[in-house]
Amino acid sequence: MVKKKKKVFGKFKKGKDNLTIHFMPYSEIANEDAIGRIKKIMGLVLKNKIIILQGKLDADEEVRLIENSMTLIGNIKGFAGIEIASLSGENENRGLFEGVRRNIAKILVGEQDAITVIGPASVVKEITKDPKKIELMLQRK
Amino acid sequence: MRNFARRIFAGIFKKKGEVKLGFYGSPNAGKTSLANRICQDWLGEDLGSVSRMPHETREIQVKEKVILERDGKRIEFKLIDTPGIATRIDFEDFMKFGMKKKMAQGRAKEATQGIIESIKWLDDMDAVVVMIDSTANPYSQVNITILGNLVVRNIPVLVVANKIDLKKSNIKKVQGAFPDYEVVGISAKSGENIEEFYEELFKLVRKI
Ligand SMILES: Nc1nc2c(ncn2[C@@H]2O[C@H](COP(=O)(O)OP(=O)(O)OP(=O)(O)O)[C@@H](O)[C@H]2O)c(=O)[nH]1
Ligand SMILES: [Mg+2]
Repeated sequence: MVKKKKKVFGKFKKGKDNLTIHFMPYSEIANEDAIGRIKKIMGLVLKNKIIILQGKLDADEEVRLIENSMTLIGNIKGFAGIEIASLSGENENRGLFEGVRRNIAKILVGEQDAITVIGPASVVKEITKDPKKIELMLQRK
Repeated sequence: MRNFARRIFAGIFKKKGEVKLGFYGSPNAGKTSLANRICQDWLGEDLGSVSRMPHETREIQVKEKVILERDGKRIEFKLIDTPGIATRIDFEDFMKFGMKKKMAQGRAKEATQGIIESIKWLDDMDAVVVMIDSTANPYSQVNITILGNLVVRNIPVLVVANKIDLKKSNIKKVQGAFPDYEVVGISAKSGENIEEFYEELFKLVRKI
């Protein structure tokens, strides 16, 4: 029997060396529909970028993003999904980004609006081990 | 709008009296443990398998005709246990439990498909128990995403803070995270406070 070759759509580069942040003002996705937004976000995530979105996704977009990530986990080597956190004063998400929350909010959007941080799980894991890293990156910006 | 029409439609053809009750939450929150306890209490059998390894449930598990009685009221439930929802799955995490690479990769694949299933089934629920491990940080995106989607669908929710038998448990923190919801603390494992859960469940059904 011939062993069926596994279908792999691409390779995801793991690692912290080429870690970059993409700041996404809401206007960048405001005119997209849900599918367009997910596409844009996942495209950046697969390029190893951490997205800081000014604003929030809605509930439907959130589950679509999860579905999309689940589909890609099987098909893109090295990709283990995403981390996502919406941060706002009112709905305090003290998850993974606790150490860096204040800084991001202050530097990029002031205190007023909600922000959403989305990144490849493997990369975010690195950052949470060393929150200083993201501060350094933001300062370089 | 489409959703609204669907719910009306579903309402008309709904089997009379049967309440489709979903169990949602992060992996390892104790969804299957609670579903099993209910099934044991009222049917004398289990619904699914429980494990300390996350993503134990990787396919929707259904138990029909689970009839609960309380204060002279009888309600027929269809219990729907769902795979725990996560935004990431790394097969290497399963290897930490002693799984071989091939097995771990297989489990990861099934887990991703299970999550997609869980999301699909959201539309079919009459009411949902959102299971939260009260020893963990309740402000997780998964909890927020699940609750947000239930709100959009107008599905009544009961938040259960599980594992209150453990020292690290913090029900107050869960209540603080979800002030708009009724939160009932239980131990699915020991059965602690399960009566209060049943009481809240009957109240929940009235909201359907
Ligand atoms: N101490 C304690 N442990 C519990 C309790 N409920 C569940 N557990 C344990 O938590 C682990 C996960 O329980 P499950 O019922 O399999 O969790 P689940 O939410 O169905 O998980 P998935 O199927 O992976 O989504 C098991 O080791 C259970 O024994 C509880 O009330 N107290
Ligand atoms: Mg389970």
